[in-house]
Formats: sequence, structure tokens, C-alpha cells
Amino acid sequence: MIAKLTLRTLALGYLALLLAFPVGMVFVRTFEEGLGTVLEAVSRPAALHALWLTLLVAVIAVVANTVFGIICAIVLVRHNFRGKALLNTLLDLPLAVSPVVVGLALLLVYGRTSLAGGWLAELGIRVIFSTPGIVLATIFVSLPFVVREVVPVLREIGTEQEQAASTLGASPLQTFRLVTLPAIRAGVAYGVVLTTARAIGEFGAVSIISGKLAGRTETLTVYVEDRFQSFDLVGCYAASVVLALIAIVTLLLTNLSKPREDY
Amino acid sequence: MSVNTIERARPARGPTAPNKQGNPLSRGVAVGYLSLIVLIPLAAVVWRSTEGGAEGFLQAISNPQALASLRLTLLASLFVVAINVVTGTLIAWVLVRDSFRGKSLVNAIIDLPFALPTIVAGLTLLALYGPESPFGLNIAYTRISVGMALLFVTLPFVVRAIQPVLLELDRDMEEASVSLGASELQTFLRVILPNLLPAILSGAALGFARSVGEFGSVVLITGNIPFETQVASVYIFGQVEGDNATGAAAVSVLLLAISLLVLFGMSLLNRWGTRHDR
Repeated sequence: MIAKLTLRTLALGYLALLLAFPVGMVFVRTFEEGLGTVLEAVSRPAALHALWLTLLVAVIAVVANTVFGIICAIVLVRHNFRGKALLNTLLDLPLAVSPVVVGLALLLVYGRTSLAGGWLAELGIRVIFSTPGIVLATIFVSLPFVVREVVPVLREIGTEQEQAASTLGASPLQTFRLVTLPAIRAGVAYGVVLTTARAIGEFGAVSIISGKLAGRTETLTVYVEDRFQSFDLVGCYAASVVLALIAIVTLLLTNLSKPREDY
Repeated sequence: MSVNTIERARPARGPTAPNKQGNPLSRGVAVGYLSLIVLIPLAAVVWRSTEGGAEGFLQAISNPQALASLRLTLLASLFVVAINVVTGTLIAWVLVRDSFRGKSLVNAIIDLPFALPTIVAGLTLLALYGPESPFGLNIAYTRISVGMALLFVTLPFVVRAIQPVLLELDRDMEEASVSLGASELQTFLRVILPNLLPAILSGAALGFARSVGEFGSVVLITGNIPFETQVASVYIFGQVEGDNATGAAAVSVLLLAISLLVLFGMSLLNRWGTRHDR
């Protein structure tokens, strides 16, 4: 009994000191200035633009990675081909690569002096220091989440129902829409929540590729750093609290949409 | 015996499920998308790092400031992984085997470091342990702050790797061990721990990879002092801002190599961990 209490105290104490107290402190720091100041700080044009850009980029990244994620999960579970194990391992690269390396990589491919960058510039498309670059960076870092959540679900449901549907004359598309998709819905939803959280929170890759142009290419995380460096702590904490609240909502959604009841 | 095995096998894993060759178009989409978004840009980094030949590459990574940042990054990541193995096992144990009020809330906040943007994570630590700390505990701009930021962002890895394994673990083994006279500690070390080992290793490996590349949470709290608190990712960032893309690419290639080592190591570990299922 004493051993149990000691372990519990140690675990909870560690979590409190590392996680709960610091996060709580940001809320205290933010709201000690009064709610009015906070609301004024988050409704400045630069902050609102950063929030809007963050949400826009997140929506594009989520849509792209969800479509790819479902296709890729089907390929990984239902197909057999050489190099499948390699594809499966390389898919996790975005989780293991430093965000700064991601930013540098995109800069090298789409920069003004590069082949692709010069070619796109002729077409009038600017990737770096503008929204397309931010979108590419965000898609990169949040790529694996939908795949990773859909694969186990797809493996679990098997192919019996799909076979029945196609025996009864359904086209592959109909089978997918009416049989497969409803069955993997929970996994997709969980993957979407994780993708959204990662997309909204990306900082390192975006701060390299966006050029941090205030009011133009600043996402909310870059805005937080910008305010910190400008000694505007009120604006910095207020924007952080918006991001922290998004994270907490994400956690709630994660717990609701989690397909497995294992904890 | 063999008849039973065949009957119990699930159709999805059966050897003759149809559509096994699959539609080549969707395979092309999957490989093409991954190449376009991830593989080609990373290849460009490797390509750029070789611009000055082998000599230029060696020169770029043997820059004293680059070496110091790499050394700090590796040492801090190893240190953080060691702590995570202990605290992660402890937290997973308490969450699975203990019961107390508010346990589901504690379980939910474990994922907070994954959901919280890294820049905010750094700011939260700075708010509590920075110059304006209410406890008067200021660790900002020291090496301790590097470790603390990395501990914050890697907290969930080991916990979340162990939790499902611990939950599934057969309690009969432990009861047998205790009834044969082993102490609780002996039972933990010799019965439970070996079962958790693959999960602990895979959580530790992912946490290590994450630590090595971490950027957002360290930029505000560590002050990025060269030779003191500057980690590799911050060094790369500085080189990019200073228009030295080749130098940045060289150090990036080292980080990429570590990422790839970890991923391929994990996939081997996975095969080893599931060898009895096949």
C-alpha cells in the first residue's frame, strides 16, 4: 500500500512539475492582465490574420493528407508488392525528421535559384515566403497520422464484406464508398484530429519557409515567437492561450473519437 | 492442429485474399505523393550537402560550433531518453495498475505535449521556470533548460508505448512468480520488465529521434548560446538565416542519418517483437 502511494505520488508529482503547472502558469500570466486586454490582444489585425492563415493552411493539409492517407493505408494493407516494407518505414520519416531540416529541404527545392523554383516563378507561382510553401511544410510534417490510424482498422475489418459487395455487383468505387469507408470512419476521424493538431502547431519548418513576414506569412505559432522577440508579452501570451485552447479541444476530441478503448 | 490454425486465421491475413496485387494506380498515387512531398525535398538536402565535395562536407560538420551543437544534442537526447524510460514506465504503471480519482483526466493530459504547439511548450516552461518564475527558480538559458524542454515534448512516447502492453499482460505469470516466493521487486524485474522491453525500446527510440530534431520548444527557453545551449536544429536554423545553405545541409544530413537509423532499427525491432506471431 505504501509502495503504491509512493509510486502514485512520484508519477503525479513529475507530471505536475513538468506539465500541469507550466501550462497552468501561462493561463495565469495571460489573464492577470484582465480579460479585456487579452481580447484586445487577440483581435489585432496581425493576430487575426495569423489565426486565419493557420486555419486555412491546416484545412488544406488535412484534406490532402486524409485523401492520401486513406489511399496509402489501402495500398499498405490490401496490396502486395516489392518495397512495401520500405514504403511503410519511410512513411514515418516526417515524425523523425527535424522541422528545421524540413524547412531547409523545401527551401532548396523551391528556392529562387533552384530548378523547380525558377520554373514555378515563370508560371507566376511563388512557393517560398508565401502560402504555398507554408502549406507544403505543413503537409510534410503531418503526413503520417491518417495512414497510421487507418491501417490497423483496415486490417481488423478484413475483406469479407468488400468481397460480398463486389460479388453482388458493386463497382470498386461503390464498394469503397458504401462498405469500406463507413467501417474505417472512426480511424479516419482520429487521424484527422491528430493531423489538425500537428498542422496548427507547426513552427520550425514554417518559420524557415515563410520568411516570417508580419501580417502576410505569419502563422499563429510564428506570431507567438515574433511577439516574444518584440517584448510584447501580452500579445505573446494571448496568442499562446488561443493555441493552448485549440490543443485542449483537440485532446477532448481525441478522447471522444479514439477508435480503441484500450486505456 | 494445422486445420485449426487455418480455420482460425482471419480472412484479411489469409494468403489467398483477392485483390492482393491491387490497383497499380493507387500504389502509384501513394508512392508519388510520398516522393513529391517528403523524399525529393530530403534528397535535395543530401545533394546540396555534397556541393563542396567530401572535403567541403567534412569542413562544414567539423566547424567547432557545429560540433558543439551536435554533441550537446546527442548527449541531451540520451539523457532525456534515460529519464523517460524510468518516468515513462512509472507513469504507465500508475495509470494501468493504480486507481484513484481523476485518473482519466491524468491519462488525457499525457498527450498534451503532442497536441500543444512546441513554441507554446517552450513558453509555458519559461513562464514557470524562467526569469519571472514565481518560485524564484530560474533555469532559462542554462543546459538544464535544454533537458527540460526535451523532457516536456517527449513525455508521451514511452508512456503510450508501454500502456497497451501492460494492459494486455497476463497477470497469471506475476501471480505464479509471487506464489513461488519472489518479492514484488523481483517479479517486476524478472517477469514484467522483460515483457515490456520491446515497447520500452520503441518508445525510447521515437523519443530519441524527436529529441535530436527538436526546435520549437528550445528556441525561447535556452537562449541559443553557441557552445553553451545551442542545439543542432538551432545551429542549422542560424546557418539558413545566414545564407549558408551548404553548411546547414551538411549538419542536416547527420540528423537525417540518425532519423533513418532509428526508423530502420524500429522496424527490425518490430519484426523481432512480433516474431512469435508469425
